[in-house]
Amino acid sequence: MNDMGTVWLILAAAAATYLTRVGGYVLITRMRTIPPRLEAALNAVPAAVLTTLFAPAFFNGGLDIKLAMLTALIVSLRYPGLVMLAAGWAAAMGSRHLLGL
Amino acid sequence: MRRSEVLEGFKGGLIIALSSAPFAVLFGTVAVDNGLSVLDAAMMSAFVYAGASQLVGIELFGQHVAPWLVVLSIFAVNFRHILYGAAITRFITQFSPVQKAIAFYLLIDPQFAEVIKRGEAGRPVTFTWYLSFAAIIYVPWVIFSVVGAWFGSMIGDPRVWAIDVLLPIYFLGLVVGFRKRRNFFPVVIVSIAASVAAYHFVGSPWHVSIGAAAGVLLAALLPLPTPPAEIRAEGSPVQ
Repeated sequence: MNDMGTVWLILAAAAATYLTRVGGYVLITRMRTIPPRLEAALNAVPAAVLTTLFAPAFFNGGLDIKLAMLTALIVSLRYPGLVMLAAGWAAAMGSRHLLGL
Repeated sequence: MRRSEVLEGFKGGLIIALSSAPFAVLFGTVAVDNGLSVLDAAMMSAFVYAGASQLVGIELFGQHVAPWLVVLSIFAVNFRHILYGAAITRFITQFSPVQKAIAFYLLIDPQFAEVIKRGEAGRPVTFTWYLSFAAIIYVPWVIFSVVGAWFGSMIGDPRVWAIDVLLPIYFLGLVVGFRKRRNFFPVVIVSIAASVAAYHFVGSPWHVSIGAAAGVLLAALLPLPTPPAEIRAEGSPVQ
C-alpha cells in the first residue's frame, strides 16, 4: 500500500470512529424520553464493554497474566487505579523474571 | 473559565495520561513495526484517538487485510461509543453545538467514565472541566505515540518489561469501579462468557461487540426495579 493509501485509511478510520462517538447523541436526541429498559441497558454499557477488553486476555493468557490480573483485581478493591496498575505490573514482572512463568 | 475546574480536570486526567503513556509508546512501536511512518502513527493517535482500536487497526494493517475490513474492525471495536454518547447526553445539554462536536471527538473510555461519575454525583459537567480533563490525556497520548515510534526499537520485546499486561489490567480496574451498579455481576459474567466464546469461535475484534451486546441485552431483559426513580440512584458508581 502506498503512503497516500495509508493516510486515507487513517482518515476513514477517524471518520468511522467519530461517527460512533456522535451517533449516540443523534439517536438519543431524536427520542423524547428514555424507556426504562433502554436506561437499564445504557447503565450496563460500561461494565459490559470494558469486560470484553480484559476477559479473553485472562482466559487465553498464561499463568503470568492470570497471576498479574488476580493481583490487580484484589488490589483494585481497596486502592486507586495507578496502585492497582503498579501491583499487577509487579506481579507480571515477578512471575516472569523470578518464577519463570 | 474557572481556574478550579481547569485544575480539577488536569488532576483527574493526569492519572489517565500517566497510565495510558505506556500504551501510547506501545502503539507507536507496533505501528512502526507494522509499516507505518512516524507521521502516520502521530496522525492515527491524533485523529482516531481510541487506543484499543488503534492497536487492532495496526495489527490488521500489518497482516495486509483489505482496507475496508480494517476500517470496519475499528468501527466494531469503537461501536461502544454510540452508547457512551447516548449516556452522557443528559449531562452536557448546556454545551453549545461546537462544544458538543469537540466533546464527542474526545469521548474515550475514561472520559466517559468520569463524566458519568461526576454527573451522577450531582456535580456540574462544565465544558471547561471536560476540555481540561481531555487535553491532559490527548496531548501526551499523541506525544508518547511519537516517542514510541521513534524509540520503539529500543524497547525490544514488550513481554520482557510486561508492557502487554498493562492494557487488560487497566480495563479490569475500570470494570471493578462499576461494581455497585445494578445488575453488575450478571452483566459482567455474561459479557465474560460471550466475549471469551466469541474470541474462540468468531475471532478478534468481534468478541468486543458480541460480548458487550450480550451483557447489555441481558441488562435490558432483567426485571426492572419497582420504583423507576431509583434506577439512577442505585446505578451510581462508588466514589
